Amino acid sequence: MTATELKAGSNLEKVFASGAFAVTGECGPPKSADGNVIVEKAKLLKGFVDAVNITDNQTAVVRICSMASGYLAQQNGMEAIMQMTCRDRNRLAMQADILGAVALGIKNILCLTGDHMSFGNHPQAKGVHDIDSIQLIRMYKEMRDEKKFQCGEEMTVEPRLFIGCAENPFGDPFEFRSLRLRKKVEAGADFVQTQCIFNIPKFKKWMEMVRAEGLHQEIKIMAGITPIKGAGMARYMQKFVPGMDVPQEIVDRIAAKEKGAPQQEEGKALGVEMIKELAEIEGVAGVHIMAVEWEPAVPEIVEKAGLLPRPVLA
Amino acid sequence: MITAERKPFEEILKLVEGQQKVLVAGCDTCVAVCLTGGEKEAEILATELRIKAKEEGREVQIEHTAAIRQCEWEYLDAIAPKVNEYPVVLSMACGIGIQSMAEKFADKLVLPAVNTNMLGMPQEHAVWYERCGACGDCVLGDTGGICPVVRCSKSLMNGPCGGSHDGKCEVTTPEKEEIDCAWQLIHDKLYAQGREDLLLKYTPPKDWSKSSAGGPRKMVKEEAKPV
Repeated sequence: MTATELKAGSNLEKVFASGAFAVTGECGPPKSADGNVIVEKAKLLKGFVDAVNITDNQTAVVRICSMASGYLAQQNGMEAIMQMTCRDRNRLAMQADILGAVALGIKNILCLTGDHMSFGNHPQAKGVHDIDSIQLIRMYKEMRDEKKFQCGEEMTVEPRLFIGCAENPFGDPFEFRSLRLRKKVEAGADFVQTQCIFNIPKFKKWMEMVRAEGLHQEIKIMAGITPIKGAGMARYMQKFVPGMDVPQEIVDRIAAKEKGAPQQEEGKALGVEMIKELAEIEGVAGVHIMAVEWEPAVPEIVEKAGLLPRPVLA
Repeated sequence: MITAERKPFEEILKLVEGQQKVLVAGCDTCVAVCLTGGEKEAEILATELRIKAKEEGREVQIEHTAAIRQCEWEYLDAIAPKVNEYPVVLSMACGIGIQSMAEKFADKLVLPAVNTNMLGMPQEHAVWYERCGACGDCVLGDTGGICPVVRCSKSLMNGPCGGSHDGKCEVTTPEKEEIDCAWQLIHDKLYAQGREDLLLKYTPPKDWSKSSAGGPRKMVKEEAKPV
């Protein structure tokens, strides 16, 4: 693919275009005005992932916004995937923010519904939900490809974006999950990152349905991985995190080790094994590693999974 | 119907603090059906307020009345003689009735005794569920008669989010009770009707200008206007 055929020309898009197996990470901005947290996380991941997701008030907790954080990450050599939820902005703000983000050099966007306000630190807030994530994907696609705002007005300079979305293969109704991905593909999504996978057999079943729809040829699919830091975290995700499917044998495997470093080592080893297994599945084009507040584990996992060096593309 | 819940008694006491003559006004339509603000409930509240005043040794004149509907001028006319005996009206109608009362009797201090909460229905005896958001642009024809605007916690228009699990929403009520996932219900209904292709249809952004987001709304029926 030549540069002129790229939609945004982001590093992530180029990695996919090169045929390489892509690797993305995740960076949660801090609950303070301390931008150095972003800078440090960006430096830590540089060279180990192709781009890093910058979360947008994740779990409905106020943090440095994803645009400013994404800018800081990119200033420090780490390409950003700016997350955008439908919870906190209406269509005016979503369009204004994406124009601003692109003007600041951001090229990847991830369109999300967003965790509900009731999970966060401002449960009394009014959620916006003016548009949903599928409408958001289409709005950005039309801004990019047709130079049109959602209202239909035209713009002179369009935001060149590589548009991402998320999908949860473990949500219900299960048989609708691949169809929902189809809706996102038709709306204009270029890549998808899945919810963290722990139940690989169920993920494989979902991928079968995705392939049956031919979707793996229309969208770059990145399998989501979360390295488990300890048995407590595994149990917490199993019981309390919406949309998570953590099989008991995963919890037991981590819990069989001693607390602390041994459990962490087992968590990393499990992550490496899972990446290798997921990479073998037809249609999986990359892996998205969400090391929640455990970014230092990422370089070792990527290395042991045999994913280094990361491609350097012009 | 419009549903409402009575405000906590302490809050009502605070609202009428220092008032000697208070008329508690019920409404015998929606709020009576939801057992909150009909004539019976107005009588109970008036009695509670009198007992409280007696306990505290305060001289008060507190009575109750009820309009068939507080939201229509003609029914307010019917209770006007009683209202005019009082400087303060504690209305147990929905927000519409309270405002009608305040507008009709402009020289009275009209206070709310209830919190209006939703357009809902009693799914089971004495339990009401929200059913309509009065969005001004009904989509029930495409969603199997199940409203995604108010029954989906995120008002999604294109199917369930990733938080739908075993038919339940990731969000619970403030009392931590489970909520049915509206999109699971829509999904099941459309499949049952053989209209599941609607699930794949892209629904464009909603025109919220037809809802309260567009500013206060007004409805005119030209054909019904007096000539």
